[in-house]
Amino acid sequence: MAEVAENIQNIIKPENLVYQKSPVLTDKVMHYCPGCSHGVVHKIIAEVIDEMGIQEDTIGVSPVGCSVFAYNYIDIDWHEAAHGRAPAVATGVKRVFPNKFVFSYQGDGDLAAIGTAETMHAVNRGENIVMVFINNAIYGMTGGQMAPTTMVGQVTATTPHGRNVDLNGYPLKITELIAQLPGAAYVTRQSVQTPAAVRKTKKAIRKAFEVQANKKGTAFVEVVATCNSGWKISPVESNEWMEEHMFPFYPLGDLKDGEKEDPEALKMNV
Amino acid sequence: MGELRLMKGNEVIAEAAIRCGCDGYFGYPITPQSEVMETLMNRRPWDETGMVVLQAESEVASINMVYGAAGSGKKVMTSSSSPGISLMAEGISYLAGAELPCLIVNVQRGGPGLGTIQPSQADYFQATKGGGHGDYRLIVLAPASVQEMNDFVDLSFELAFKYRNPVMILSDGAIGQMMEKVELADYKPRWTDEEVKEISDSWAAIGKSPDREQNIITSLELESDRMERNNIRFQAKYQKIQENEVRFEAIDCDDADYVIVAFGSAARVCQKTIQLARAKGHKVGLLRPITLFPFPTEEIKKMAGHVKGFLSVEMNAGQMVEDVRLAVNGKVPVEYYGRMGGIIPSPDEVEKALEQKLIGG
Repeated sequence: MAEVAENIQNIIKPENLVYQKSPVLTDKVMHYCPGCSHGVVHKIIAEVIDEMGIQEDTIGVSPVGCSVFAYNYIDIDWHEAAHGRAPAVATGVKRVFPNKFVFSYQGDGDLAAIGTAETMHAVNRGENIVMVFINNAIYGMTGGQMAPTTMVGQVTATTPHGRNVDLNGYPLKITELIAQLPGAAYVTRQSVQTPAAVRKTKKAIRKAFEVQANKKGTAFVEVVATCNSGWKISPVESNEWMEEHMFPFYPLGDLKDGEKEDPEALKMNV
Repeated sequence: MGELRLMKGNEVIAEAAIRCGCDGYFGYPITPQSEVMETLMNRRPWDETGMVVLQAESEVASINMVYGAAGSGKKVMTSSSSPGISLMAEGISYLAGAELPCLIVNVQRGGPGLGTIQPSQADYFQATKGGGHGDYRLIVLAPASVQEMNDFVDLSFELAFKYRNPVMILSDGAIGQMMEKVELADYKPRWTDEEVKEISDSWAAIGKSPDREQNIITSLELESDRMERNNIRFQAKYQKIQENEVRFEAIDCDDADYVIVAFGSAARVCQKTIQLARAKGHKVGLLRPITLFPFPTEEIKKMAGHVKGFLSVEMNAGQMVEDVRLAVNGKVPVEYYGRMGGIIPSPDEVEKALEQKLIGG
């Protein structure tokens, strides 16, 4: 046994380090359910902030919903916004601090229901901010009610017989709408259920922050995510359910990759 | 002497904001105060002082932009009129709960609902008792002239930062729209980012330096004992404001048998009323609260010891009269006279009401 311990001590050396918790993540125990996607996305954002060396210059805006306490986990300055208002709060911050990195982190109810107006108009102004959108097709914090992105037929606390379009309307593909807006520079849809997907999402979030650095317009990253507690299935089953039911309706990949439209090209001829 | 100009009250709000070093204005058009943003956009202060001006998609968005910019330690403001202020009520509650300094100007119009675009004082309750949800107070200043529209902008920011609390200028459509001579303030430079850090690094979300803890702008506290501690802290602050920031103007009150209490436009009308009453031999004075919260309760209480009665004159159904009655506490009669629907009472009708309701005869 002593020999094994000695061997382990020989392995734990800085030059052998291949992975560690980002120093931009705090040591607080996350309140998220086991299997939830939020923790993974928080980790990715913290890593990107760390790798870009922008911890001192980044301001986050957290929403109302499960990620209301995002400020407890990522070690930067934060604003906690009223429900749906994060894009307006982020606009206020960015306009008075044009050289800081500003991002909002919002769920589907926050971004695509109560905050639709703030979302659309912030992007339409081409605010130089990053918006991270977690779409898990349900309201997690309030106990599993229907979200704007809930699938047709999906059972939730307020659609106990399944989402019925006649009664509840259609699932909202807000990211497709966002991609149509001239102020959007980069719009992408990703996921975090496999290591490969995590790597892709990290690349997307890194790119979104770089778009902001270059003042190209709004960068919008949707992450199709799971809510095993709300969906009332196991984390593994949740990943399968998401792949089977959500990915066909919310296909992954870039929806826009460029920069906001050139205003000169749109100017009236007077 | 500062620069003299003939200006509208609404225009002066904009001019005073630029001159006092305001960092940002976020608003949405609504009658009768749209000249505030129009004047700002015309003046292009971003070229001159670096002040940001943004037309938001709604009052809801504008007050939340104020929340973000105020949480950044900057001097920021919005303006609106009654229905727009109702839309902002959620955001104002969050600003109060997160203890953020900012200025909100309400150029009141008559209500309820869309009501009228004519001047009113019907938002007294909304402004002074909270307005949104939760136990909170705004510091509320009531200008009665275009000059005071100018003077109260800088004062509002001073008070907002002194107490880390939203301040409201409660004006009305008459003062917003009328033109008067005004002596403008001299320019004060905007705070540099270094100054913002020096002034507000203990609380504002300006970017976390390695040598300090996170600054988190929030009104959320799920643990009841901690939330109650926050509530107690807020109430202690409001108490301190009540003790230190009462402002009022007393005209001809020293020998008065009767005192009219009125603010803003109504107080201007009543200045004439007391002259009319005195010409008839009645000793009448005017107490004009300048701060509506904190209310001049102590002053009214003192007066209640030697006057025969009070008349609260308001452009609403009788709101401030409740605060006058609380201060007087039954010692002498307190009556109300007012007009609604956007009508400004005349000095004569107020004088008649005074005779009928209090003096007798």
